[in-house]
Amino acid sequence: MKGFRKFLYSQKTAPYVFVLPFILSFAIFWIYPLFSAIIMSFQDIGAISADWIGFANYQKLLKDKVFHTAMLNSAEYMLGTLLLLIPFPLLFAVLMDSRLVKAKGVWKALLYLPALTSVVISGTLFRLMFTEYPTGQMNVLTQMLGLGTFKWLKIKTTSMAALLIVCCWRWTGVNMLYFLSGLKAIDVSLYEAADIDGANGLQKFKFITIPLIKPTTIYVLTISIYAGLAMFLESYMLWAGNSSPNNIGLTIVGYLYKRGIEKNDMGYACAVGVVLMIIALTINVVQLVANGTFKSDKED
Amino acid sequence: MKKKLVSALLCTSMAASLLVGCGGTTADGSTGETAAETTEETAGETAEEEIPTSTYGDPNGTHLDMWTFVELHGAHYGEMAELWNQQNPDKTIEITCTTYPYGDMHTKLLTSLEAGTGAPDICDVEVGQFPNVVAGMDKWMVPLDDYAAPYMSTMVPARMATYQGEDGHYYGAPYHVGAAVMYYNVAAMSEAMGLSQDEVIAKIDAVKSWSDYEALGTEYKTAISDDTKFWTSVDTGGCDWLWIAMAQYGEDWTGGFDNPANVKLQSVEKMLTMQQSWLQSGLAQVSPDGHVDLEAGYQNIIDHNIVSFPKAMWYMSRFTGYMPEEKGNWYIAQIPTFEAGQKTSVGIGGTGTVVTTQSANQELAAEFLCWAKMSEEGEQHIWDTLGFDVCNTACWSVDSFAHDDNNQYNAYFINYPYDVLNEIGLDGIGKISVVSISPTINEYMCTTTLNQVLEDPTYSVADALSECQDAVDMEQ
Repeated sequence: MKGFRKFLYSQKTAPYVFVLPFILSFAIFWIYPLFSAIIMSFQDIGAISADWIGFANYQKLLKDKVFHTAMLNSAEYMLGTLLLLIPFPLLFAVLMDSRLVKAKGVWKALLYLPALTSVVISGTLFRLMFTEYPTGQMNVLTQMLGLGTFKWLKIKTTSMAALLIVCCWRWTGVNMLYFLSGLKAIDVSLYEAADIDGANGLQKFKFITIPLIKPTTIYVLTISIYAGLAMFLESYMLWAGNSSPNNIGLTIVGYLYKRGIEKNDMGYACAVGVVLMIIALTINVVQLVANGTFKSDKED
Repeated sequence: MKKKLVSALLCTSMAASLLVGCGGTTADGSTGETAAETTEETAGETAEEEIPTSTYGDPNGTHLDMWTFVELHGAHYGEMAELWNQQNPDKTIEITCTTYPYGDMHTKLLTSLEAGTGAPDICDVEVGQFPNVVAGMDKWMVPLDDYAAPYMSTMVPARMATYQGEDGHYYGAPYHVGAAVMYYNVAAMSEAMGLSQDEVIAKIDAVKSWSDYEALGTEYKTAISDDTKFWTSVDTGGCDWLWIAMAQYGEDWTGGFDNPANVKLQSVEKMLTMQQSWLQSGLAQVSPDGHVDLEAGYQNIIDHNIVSFPKAMWYMSRFTGYMPEEKGNWYIAQIPTFEAGQKTSVGIGGTGTVVTTQSANQELAAEFLCWAKMSEEGEQHIWDTLGFDVCNTACWSVDSFAHDDNNQYNAYFINYPYDVLNEIGLDGIGKISVVSISPTINEYMCTTTLNQVLEDPTYSVADALSECQDAVDMEQ
């Protein structure tokens, strides 16, 4: 008993006791599934038994054209989201932070609102809007502009546009809030000093805002890369299922779902998941190293 | 030093949590709502966010849990439970029906069957998902052979066989035959062609072969002379037309349980080639958004942009549900054939209901299930509420059943749906197997092949089918 008290009150063990709940839940719900997914990716998992098949799943992945299409789609989508969801939210955040905009609360709420809605509901609405039928909202719009009607969800370019529209509609407000909080952290005196030195708005944005908001940008970049690669539900809702014409809307996770759930081939699905993990990890590590995230830690 | 160790530990664990965030998607991609299978009967009527749960029956009776992905199915069991309790006061039941979204329900069911715990007593399984579930056979499910025996003599054999395991036992109880029929818009045709309703119907009844069908279509097309109006629409997002063709030639691209799948069939090639010629001559259009069982498809029908199309009999409920303004316009007839004497119909879609071995009351659950889905009381209720072409043929010719004018489906169409079913007869309904390769074929057809040959009617059908065969071969 005394030994136990001594153990509890020891300064050396206390930290471990405090982190134990986290470590435990982390080990059970994260580490274990991670390793079991890696193990399962080397197995052929049937209804009753699981057999070791070595690298067969990965070899099949190499030859699997549908998987390659899915990877390409996810990569294109991710790049599209990066191009749209970093500059524009930053611009909006700067506008919100400036004196140019009235009723900021209303704008912020309006931009943030889509993130609170269910993708299932909004996706269904977008699917109806993007119908190829001439009375669909998007076709009504393009007809008003004199562009005629489109088979939105049957053509590669327009369907990618549709996915990006849904994505921007949903995430612009969230990213704007990230940038806004980053902007709030910048010391106002820097801008005042710049004013005294006679800097104009563009110079202040370029030489003060951009460098100082870099940590936020890196954070948004990192989560956007992962979110872009892991997108699934938007495409699932837009095509009312996982099957799009010529797989133009199939993403890596969509393919994982198709294999794991629809075809009940968990082993192969795990291999897809592991590949996705490796890709997301590689891109993000390269990106973080290039941005000097790890380096600055060491200097501190 | 210690501090450094702890912080290093924390850092690694946080970094690892990022990793798992990527890898852990294996299990949580199951938030989907609607079915991926386009051939199945319930796309579009699956539940949205909330999970409706209803309990029916006698609170003191044996409790049974039931999962479904269509709320109306749950209501069917609820009302049948009330009736069961009246007829069987010695073994009353209480049933709780939970409606999950399509994808979620099948995922939950498979997971709990694999885990050996957590499955309900009774569960609906959509036919496209059935191969996954039936793989577990009697380890997972109770064979229904003994409980279905009282009704077997009059049940449609092809439908019972759909839910058979490799061991020959029956594991699922069917709702409907899903017989494919041709729907014609008589009102639009008589207006365009300047004929009376009876004259149009006489013309439709005279259609026996696909060339008759094409000729009548050309006649309609010439009469209406409008580029935006079509005789029919062909599907890029569903295989119904191809199933019909296969049934007519007695072919089956899955090869059943024993043979390898083969999509390079003469029936499929003939149907696709014929559809290409219709598209080129302007007789047909490609169904907006892929097939007729979607919102754009309903609108297309309401706008009279197409006036005929083949679909299973369960599509009747789409008419009453989504197109009430079309009441009295539509006529149901047999599907034309390539050659005389071929089958005119095929069973499409379906849901088999199973009893799991995890049930504490397997016998009662199985007895109730078979009664609720196969007895005459059960069939009557299915026809009145769900509008299905029931599998117990004993009901088909009963006048009070088939010709009941209070039935909303009888009232909606110009003719009695069951008259058409009787005309087709049991021998006229073909069967395409649903085995483990089926989702692969269906998926490749709907994503690639049909888009290739129908969006571009000059594309070689033989080439497209070869490509499809290559993709299928990779999986078998």
